[in-house]
Amino acid sequence: MGFVISQSEQEEIDRWLLKYPPHQKQSAVLPALKIVQEKNGGWLATEHLDAVADYLSLPKIAVYEVASFYSLFDLKPVGKHKIYVCTNVSCMLAGSETIVGYLERRLGIKMGETTQDGCFTLKEAECLAACGGAPAMQIDNTYYENLTPEKIESILAGLNG
Amino acid sequence: MDNIVCFRTHHLNPPWSLQSYLKVGGYSAWKRILVDKVPRQTILASIKASALRGRGGAGFPTGVKWGFIKAELPGQKYVVCNSDEGEPGTFKDREILLMNPHQVIEGMCIAAYVMSATVGYNYIRGEFWEPYQRFEAALEEAKKEGLLGNNIFGSGFDFHLHTHLGAGAYICGEETALIESLEGKKGFPRYKPPFPATYGLYGKPTTVNNTETFACVPVILEKGAEWFLKLGVPGNGGTKIFSISGHVNKPGNYEAPLGISFQELLKKAGGVRQGHALKAVIPGGSSVPVLPAEVASTLNMDYESLAKAGSLLGAGSIIVMDETTCMVKVLARIAHFYTQESCGQCTPCREGAGWLWRIVHRITQGQGSLKDIELLEDVANKIMGRTICALGDAAAMPVLSFIQHFREEFVYYVQHGKSVVYSQRTSRSRKFLDYSGEVGGFISFG
Ligand SMILES: Cc1cc2nc3c(=O)[nH]c(=O)nc-3n(C[C@H](O)[C@H](O)[C@H](O)COP(=O)(O)O)c2cc1C
Ligand code: FES
Repeated sequence: MGFVISQSEQEEIDRWLLKYPPHQKQSAVLPALKIVQEKNGGWLATEHLDAVADYLSLPKIAVYEVASFYSLFDLKPVGKHKIYVCTNVSCMLAGSETIVGYLERRLGIKMGETTQDGCFTLKEAECLAACGGAPAMQIDNTYYENLTPEKIESILAGLNG
Repeated sequence: MDNIVCFRTHHLNPPWSLQSYLKVGGYSAWKRILVDKVPRQTILASIKASALRGRGGAGFPTGVKWGFIKAELPGQKYVVCNSDEGEPGTFKDREILLMNPHQVIEGMCIAAYVMSATVGYNYIRGEFWEPYQRFEAALEEAKKEGLLGNNIFGSGFDFHLHTHLGAGAYICGEETALIESLEGKKGFPRYKPPFPATYGLYGKPTTVNNTETFACVPVILEKGAEWFLKLGVPGNGGTKIFSISGHVNKPGNYEAPLGISFQELLKKAGGVRQGHALKAVIPGGSSVPVLPAEVASTLNMDYESLAKAGSLLGAGSIIVMDETTCMVKVLARIAHFYTQESCGQCTPCREGAGWLWRIVHRITQGQGSLKDIELLEDVANKIMGRTICALGDAAAMPVLSFIQHFREEFVYYVQHGKSVVYSQRTSRSRKFLDYSGEVGGFISFG
């Protein structure tokens, strides 16, 4: 047996489905993928995609092509926390290079990699719309702005792995 | 004193609650419209007279856009709010959603009434988890208060407003890609025509407006089109939220009248950092042409003045760069963005954006030639106007303008294999040089 979407995930997806016309279930595909991804280790394996396709009565390809198009979906294993560091212009002008360099050294990984203990995945983000608080980053669903190495230390400590 | 339109709840605690919004006059326009059964045409005429222009980037007159929808025709219609905010340098919609979500809701309600749409969606970018929750909470408050739902205030008018969450794709800010995404598909922009006003969400007539555009609407109907128009300059009604970032002392969002001088805005943002000299300004988000300090310094921030100066107001996102900035490296970062975000549907954009990025990148690696500078212009010119949506132009315009205004920096980089900026050994740029040496010059992308 493959993966089955849990009862609570189904209920969450059903709440989204209520927003769209009954024959437009496909509209719920982004929220459904987000829900399934968050409840299943932060990434989507083929069995997760298939389960979403099945639940929304969509051809598998309709889900695959969406999952691979949007940057917030991960199709390979990731760490417990995803760190998205913005390196776009305003953050770059505010020293995002220092932030990236610091995080890479501190975590002992390069951009795009995951720490050995499986705690963190480091990713480059495009503009997060937080340029007024540059340099900025997002960890999971939370924004952090006006970053300095000291601030990063306390943020990471607060996440306790 | 300038926070009179989108940020008018900023002084209240908390600014985002229904209570606070009611205190500043919120939902009074909505109630009056429903109770007095104000004719659609009257509202439409007000919006037109106010000279409200779309705040999402193109500056299209909102009243004219709403007029494209034939409200009297039967059938489902939709209003959609574009809260995808992804244009580098832009961060105003996030603050509006966080601080004044009810004003966006009221604006959408009024739009729905004018166009006879009974369902609306606010498409919020996937990264905006906190603004999404804030907006959801506001929707709950509004529903409880009977401001949304069926037969609102006994008027017989129904309006159901929902949020939708994106999942990380700049292209979904383009309105037809946004519609595709809302339908659960990849964010591929549609060919136009047909425009969303005739064939939009689920094939139905649809109006897409920016978050800030909707947030302007209630105030226009409360205080009058004339009042709003006079805040700005002719043809540019209202205040605008200017997002100011980069090398300024106090980066942030500032609500100020359209037509305000650049100098005055810069002063609001605390001026260029620590007494540095202004070098260049991107006045409307990374997609619009850059302007050198001499030109920027004399600007007024309205649609026509910026067009005359050779750039665009865009989303009012001002990126300030001082003399320590290497224009070649900034362009490399911008080119990288468009390569990453091109949706891949049409060839000139998908291939062209990649070319642009690879060429600028190789210049920053000290491997460029003088011919590369011409090649950049050639490729950019071949993208312009030849793509399904404006992302192609957005990739090309920075390249053309950076080279137009800072050609000698590109030439220097090619000839010396390093930036002219980091070679000017003032103590400050010296520090910069050491630092950039340490991390290998520039983050290497991809
Ligand atoms: C590549 C691209 C990205 C865009 N991103 C946004 C965006 O993030 N937010 C937005 O409101 N408009 C964006 N737009 C403009 C929209 O297509 C559309 O014109 C706008 O939402 C209309 O609203 P308005 O008339 O109120 O400005 C983008 C356009 C393009 C071509
Ligand atoms: S450039 Fe980093 S948040 Fe906008």
